[in-house]
Amino acid sequence: MKFVNKVRPSVDGKGLMMGKPGYTDDLAEVNSLVVRVLRSPHPHAKILKINKEKALALEGVECVLTHEDFKRIPITRAGQGYPEPSPHDKFILDNRVRHIGDEVAAVAASDKETAEKALSLLEVEYDLLEPVMDFEKAYENKTVLHPEPEIHEMFPIGLEPMKNVAASYMMNVGDVEKTLANCEVVIKETFFTQAQAHVMMEPHTANARIDYQGRLVIYSATQTPIHVRRILSQALEYPLSKIRVIKPRIGGGYGGKQCLHGEFLVAAVTLRTGKPSKIVYTRKEVFESTFSRHPMRFDIKLGAMKDGTLKGIDVDVLSDTGAYGEHALTVFMVAGSKVFPLYNKVDSIRFGGKVVYTNHTPAGAFRGYGAIQGNYALESAVDILCEKLGVDPVEFRMKNMMKEGETSPIFEIMGEGTEGTAMVMESCKLKYCVNRGTELIGWKDKYPKKTTQDGKIRGMGMAIAMQGSGIPYIDMGSAMLKLNDDGFFNLMVGATELGQGSDTILGQIAAESLGVSPDKVVIYSSDSDLTPFDTGAYASSTTYVSGNAVKRTADKMKEMIIEEGAKALGTPVTETDFDGDNIESNGKKMTLAELSNRLFYNEDQKQLVSVESYVGTKSPPPFMAGFAEVEIDPETGKVELVDYAAVVDCGTTINPALAKVQVEGGLVQGIGMTMYEDVVYSKNGTLVTNNMMNYRIPTRKEITNMHVEFADSYEPSGPYGAKSVGEIGIDTPPAAITNAIYNAVGVRIRELPVTSEKILMGILKQKENGNE
Amino acid sequence: MKIDSYQKVDSVKKAYELLLEQPGAAVIGGGAWLKLMPKTIETAIDLSGLGLDEIEETEKEYVIGSMVTLRQVEKFKPFSVLYDGILSKSAGSIMGVTLRNIATIGGTVAGKYGFSDLLPVLMAMGAKVKFYKRGMVGLVDFMNETSSANDILTHIHIAKTDGRGWFYTMKNTAIDFPILNTAVAMSSDGCKIAVGSRPYKTAMAEKAMEFLNGFSVPGKDEIVKAADIAAEELKFGKNQRGSAEYRTELCRTFVKRGLSEVMS
Amino acid sequence: MKSSINVNGTLKTFEVKADEYLIDTLRNNGYVSVRRGCDTTSCGICTVLLDGNPIASCSYLSCRADGHKVITVEGIQEEAALIADFFGHEGADQCGYCNPSMALTLYAMKKELKNPTDDEIRSYLVGNLCRCSGYVAQHRAIRAYLEVKS
Repeated sequence: MKFVNKVRPSVDGKGLMMGKPGYTDDLAEVNSLVVRVLRSPHPHAKILKINKEKALALEGVECVLTHEDFKRIPITRAGQGYPEPSPHDKFILDNRVRHIGDEVAAVAASDKETAEKALSLLEVEYDLLEPVMDFEKAYENKTVLHPEPEIHEMFPIGLEPMKNVAASYMMNVGDVEKTLANCEVVIKETFFTQAQAHVMMEPHTANARIDYQGRLVIYSATQTPIHVRRILSQALEYPLSKIRVIKPRIGGGYGGKQCLHGEFLVAAVTLRTGKPSKIVYTRKEVFESTFSRHPMRFDIKLGAMKDGTLKGIDVDVLSDTGAYGEHALTVFMVAGSKVFPLYNKVDSIRFGGKVVYTNHTPAGAFRGYGAIQGNYALESAVDILCEKLGVDPVEFRMKNMMKEGETSPIFEIMGEGTEGTAMVMESCKLKYCVNRGTELIGWKDKYPKKTTQDGKIRGMGMAIAMQGSGIPYIDMGSAMLKLNDDGFFNLMVGATELGQGSDTILGQIAAESLGVSPDKVVIYSSDSDLTPFDTGAYASSTTYVSGNAVKRTADKMKEMIIEEGAKALGTPVTETDFDGDNIESNGKKMTLAELSNRLFYNEDQKQLVSVESYVGTKSPPPFMAGFAEVEIDPETGKVELVDYAAVVDCGTTINPALAKVQVEGGLVQGIGMTMYEDVVYSKNGTLVTNNMMNYRIPTRKEITNMHVEFADSYEPSGPYGAKSVGEIGIDTPPAAITNAIYNAVGVRIRELPVTSEKILMGILKQKENGNE
Repeated sequence: MKIDSYQKVDSVKKAYELLLEQPGAAVIGGGAWLKLMPKTIETAIDLSGLGLDEIEETEKEYVIGSMVTLRQVEKFKPFSVLYDGILSKSAGSIMGVTLRNIATIGGTVAGKYGFSDLLPVLMAMGAKVKFYKRGMVGLVDFMNETSSANDILTHIHIAKTDGRGWFYTMKNTAIDFPILNTAVAMSSDGCKIAVGSRPYKTAMAEKAMEFLNGFSVPGKDEIVKAADIAAEELKFGKNQRGSAEYRTELCRTFVKRGLSEVMS
Repeated sequence: MKSSINVNGTLKTFEVKADEYLIDTLRNNGYVSVRRGCDTTSCGICTVLLDGNPIASCSYLSCRADGHKVITVEGIQEEAALIADFFGHEGADQCGYCNPSMALTLYAMKKELKNPTDDEIRSYLVGNLCRCSGYVAQHRAIRAYLEVKS
């Protein structure tokens, strides 16, 4: 291959490094009204009265909006395909607030200072309601968060608002109780995963203007521009055809920008005032008023025979979706569907539970999307089981895990919100990943632990993981290619570049198919007027779904070039070919540049445009094996990650450098969730970790050694053999690291994050119990 | 945090006068974390341009101007030697260079912040602080004062010595606030132990120091005992970063390690 | 009040409020490469060079900058392009939001540190966070960049 599986610098990296404007706020219209939001200081309250007179009277204030200014149309903010699998439980502005930071009112003024002054002049009367802050007490709590009659699901997702249930799910294969009863060894464990904040460096932002055609144009840092357009249209009852959504460069998302945020308010302000407006979230608003990862509790039972065969898996999950139910069901299902097929040879498996409402900041999409939580529970439980069985954890996994050519009944049963799709693993290099990973980390010499010269203890742990590549029969991507004079192309895709490099790799795919250099493919993405449909950047769909669409489009364009070239050369189409530079037939040839100029100006003039779409019929999982080496100071509990090795099977890497950094970046976010990050609330519902001084992500000093490699793999259904790589990187650290800690000092962490305090207290407790 | 007016003064005297004249006046150090304070300063007094941003070495001591940045402290070569380099080490352990190039030692000392990594080291070194009006005060005494009259902090004085030192700060990530930190120094003045981020402000482990200074050559058992005394005498609290019990254990370990190091 | 700052080699006089921070003065006057990340000196995204030293512009008063030299990435275009080549080769640029602040800090670091160890590089850059790349690819790019003779 000439351009695929080749390292190429991204098409936009240099310009952005040099400081060129490109992010949403860089492109706001000068003189935009500044929109600021009054946010609830209470975790749960009714709004009895809002007096906006004083605010409106302030010079420079153009608009003040409260729930009284909107028709009560319930929507979901979740950027998902239509009909959305999330409950419609949100109003642009409501007469009720359900978390500290929930929207109460919005002000638009000529500058930030005036807008903030106006906020302080708003007078709000609240009727305080009892908040539900413990997700284990939310179910059937006497306090109901969503009693509103308008709340509804788009199709059955298990929504029971009067019981504080946003969604629920249950599946089973075989009879798990019977299987476990017949197992020689059964373990039962409970694990908790915490909420995690995305902490993308660019805070959420959007701006709006009315253009000279009288259309509402929104610039938004969003992963799902088409969903934004649709949901805005619904919420404001404004015609879809009069809305344009443009996604510029995004400063990080990881799922945190897969829900609508400020778009409603800037749209409403601009429509009402006729003036451009913008909103830039403060970091506090990003923490309190956007989304974070669903915290979950896993009650898990594993049953096996003494010979090391895993027979049954029984999992009950409770998930906390916070004040609103965006992504409630789908994240929950992925905690099962993208985890448990790893052990596909079990006799029976049961997976189910509920997603409950609480008065926390809403949970939403976040890389891994349930798989990281489920992986932590399963892969920790597997190590616990191995210890009880007396079986080596690497051998156990090799024996029981998914292999190429195999399948799992879960694929057919569980989709994302709906039924799934059966599929056989046409590419699965887990075996290689595990073997190679043990080599990279030095497993043989160092497992399970070693004591260093200065009295520290090092331990090794591992985990395997899988994810998906798009949602079959739901996620659609498409692409358009336009041939220009001089023989260069415009590639228009709906696919959303958010820093992962999709613009670059989609260009590489088109270039490979056409045979032209990627320099001749100019890519433009994510403009609802100019680019064709794409569901957006989520579910690890871009390389596989959008990439397949691009390949089809480029293949089609190549056909068209050959057809027109044959006409121009006067040769039969069947004997004419195009090699990227020349259209050639039996010695006659012309360059693409010549043909394109001819088509524009001279003869047989026409504009060549190809457009193709792709919907996946399967979601081939990428696989990964992760290995952690930790070093613990037994007198302080301080734990350092000394080394991490990861071997990934994502099929072909379209751009090996970009693929590698997707894995490395995902790993560090997973390491962050495991060891450093925690979303913490005070007793009265305030988010303590609502700034970056209290919420800490890993720095460079925490990440010293990391080895990422890719398995040689090829997925026949993917573009040039590619699957996906966006999320898989994040899943292994929680179990790999907690398994390593256990192997080092015998302290099992069942509640994330790991802290030095938990480790020291665990060690001291062991000493007390005499279990040294 | 709002500022109504900003005054760059041309003398310390002028700054002092402004401070007395206007009840809403305050001296600004680096100003790095001003915006975190929810109040209004009517007149912000800027001391830059008065030569207070220099570190002077005399025969007997180092004199650090109050407007010297943490980065300057970190990079001043003699501080990577003095007391085994713990002054340079502690200054360099604070946040990143983008903060250290702004924050000043004067702001740190005047703030008496519990989370400071610098204060335990300065206190263990027996540093003195000089004010425009009242003159020289021992840093430990200044830290123990509950209220002080308006004055301008101009310099921090550290006596030169061949003493030994040990400093450790326990953090979640490298730029986080400490869970606990400890500085131990040994010089001709005896042994000093300062424990900070308790999460309360840095305190000296007086009883442990007294116990140790009663021995001419404390041995391993005395060190362990001293550590236990320090863990017992100091008060620890709970916050997002740790519990009181955990801090107590950390204190015990840090004091033990620090003493072992400085007495080796 | 007025603050006269030499920005990227040109003396500019800005009308600023007493509690205005450098980030807003710069950004509102066309230097859009200076962006806000956390507003509390915890992320490094807003880094500019003040008299050659990296500072958090979100927490430096514009009045204080009077008489000083400020460099934004618009002032080191060639160096930024060179650094971008190394980042691009490793795929380390990702979303790009932290990149201008990285370029400025690297530019300052290269002048300040001679033959730094890996640990010294990480310590110098510790306040410049990146959430996309996981740091290791940036480190590879930085190592390669430091090899280039200035």
